[in-house]
Amino acid sequence: MITVDHLTKRYGARTVVSDVSFTCTPGSVTGFLGPNGAGKSTTLRALVGLTVPTSGTATIAGRAHRDLPNAGRQVGVLLDAGAQHAGRTGRETLTLTAMVLGVDTERVDEVLGQVGLAGRPAGTRVGSYSLGMRQRLGLAGALLGDPEVLVLDEPANGLDPEGIWWMRGLLRGFADRGGTVLLSSHQLREVEAVADQLVVISGGRIVAQGSKTELLGRRGTVVRGPDRAVLARALQTAGIAVSAGDDDALVADADPLAVGQAAAAAGAVLTELGQAGGEGLEELFRALTASPGTGTQQPAVAA
Amino acid sequence: MSTAVLETNPRRLTGPGTPPSLLRLTRVELRKSYDTRAGRWLLVAIALAAAATVALALFTGHDAMGLADHLELTQLSTSLLLPVLGILLVTSEWSQRTAMTTFTLVPRRSRVLSAKVLAASALALLGVVATLMTSVVAVVLTPLVTDGARDWSLGAAELGQVVLLQLVYVLSGVAFGMLLLSSPLAIVLYLVLPTVFTILVSTVGALDWVADWLDLTTASAPVFDGGLDAQGWLQLATATGLWLGLPMGLGWLRIERAEIS
Repeated sequence: MITVDHLTKRYGARTVVSDVSFTCTPGSVTGFLGPNGAGKSTTLRALVGLTVPTSGTATIAGRAHRDLPNAGRQVGVLLDAGAQHAGRTGRETLTLTAMVLGVDTERVDEVLGQVGLAGRPAGTRVGSYSLGMRQRLGLAGALLGDPEVLVLDEPANGLDPEGIWWMRGLLRGFADRGGTVLLSSHQLREVEAVADQLVVISGGRIVAQGSKTELLGRRGTVVRGPDRAVLARALQTAGIAVSAGDDDALVADADPLAVGQAAAAAGAVLTELGQAGGEGLEELFRALTASPGTGTQQPAVAA
Repeated sequence: MSTAVLETNPRRLTGPGTPPSLLRLTRVELRKSYDTRAGRWLLVAIALAAAATVALALFTGHDAMGLADHLELTQLSTSLLLPVLGILLVTSEWSQRTAMTTFTLVPRRSRVLSAKVLAASALALLGVVATLMTSVVAVVLTPLVTDGARDWSLGAAELGQVVLLQLVYVLSGVAFGMLLLSSPLAIVLYLVLPTVFTILVSTVGALDWVADWLDLTTASAPVFDGGLDAQGWLQLATATGLWLGLPMGLGWLRIERAEIS
């Protein structure tokens, strides 16, 4: 259980995090989304005691991180995969952590296997690791103490598609066994695939939060046919709002079944019928995180 | 890399455990001092330097040297190199950015810093033990390679003061590391600043009292020269305050309050 309550962090006159509140419950994955520089990392660092908030609190299992008896056994943290000693091997890095946590070295081999670094990579110095391997090692360190909570900052960075798929499975499994996961990302698709809950932050403020279905339920159905005008009329007759999609497609504000039924009733021919994909989602993300007033969109919203 | 295992049913560890004890944290810090190539080579260099000093004295020295003389001689290189290990014990956490992990695992930062101080102290003791052993070997070899006889004399007070001095030097290194949080800066300033200070206060006549009371080299000289008297202890204490106490106090506060990133 993670509770962030009215968290604010100011550096001089600059407010980096402003009145941020959200809760992550056991058994769920929370995606903490926002463009680079939105205040995600600062929020996470305040949560694990690396930075002192100007006001507000952030607690794990009801306690400030500082007051957890053996922090690494209760919360697994990976904030920066690059922050590892280049001169130590992967196994040595984890062995040091295991000593602090008071877990046996068998557990080190266990998590090395779990993240796919068993064997030769474990004995190689971290300096020669790829970013993806460092992410895996960092994740292994976070999992080492068998915590109930995981806090991960951009864990998908540097992972190849197979690695991203693997990590989704790992985080999903962790949450399904009752764990609490909070992971940040500026990659909407990455988070969408695994999160139950989304918290979207921009310019230090929360601009949207809720369950994934709540936030992303607005997307409709993409539909195409040989005659676009006929199709549009058929849908409107059935009381379904339509808007223009990519190319000659239409985006209907209804589920595929209703759209198909409306088309069939009007005798309109369909060549494509399906859930609107990530484009709508990305628009939402861009709209939510666009800086107000300027009308420009935040950069670095990579998909 | 492509054969990651998707674990289905991981073993659950029992309970959240107790907070890591200071002893456990000290063992972790000691391990950090030798589990990298830089650390290992520094330890090897310290041992080699001591051995080389003794060998040089044995084969080229004219005066017969006893255990106490060899011990004194080996402290030179050790007191120069061991503090560098003390510096790196702190600064490598910043240069390699492992401070993030360290302080996330142990949020009470003063516990980590205490463990580092204890680990550095243990290294100082080990350093004295190593130089003592080297000196013993030198004494054993004395009649074999020189005309002198074996001279085992070494007072307990002298040994104690040697230990104390190594502790002061190593912890002064740790203090510089804590204050500056940068390996090159801390090493250079640790080596240069006291030397410049010594030269300055010993060349300017009016600064004699400063040399006596605040220069660590001057204040620690009596240790190898018949031992400290009452005023000597006081002067060593004030000099230690300047070169160890002050930087460690400021550095400790700095780290307690630092934003770790």
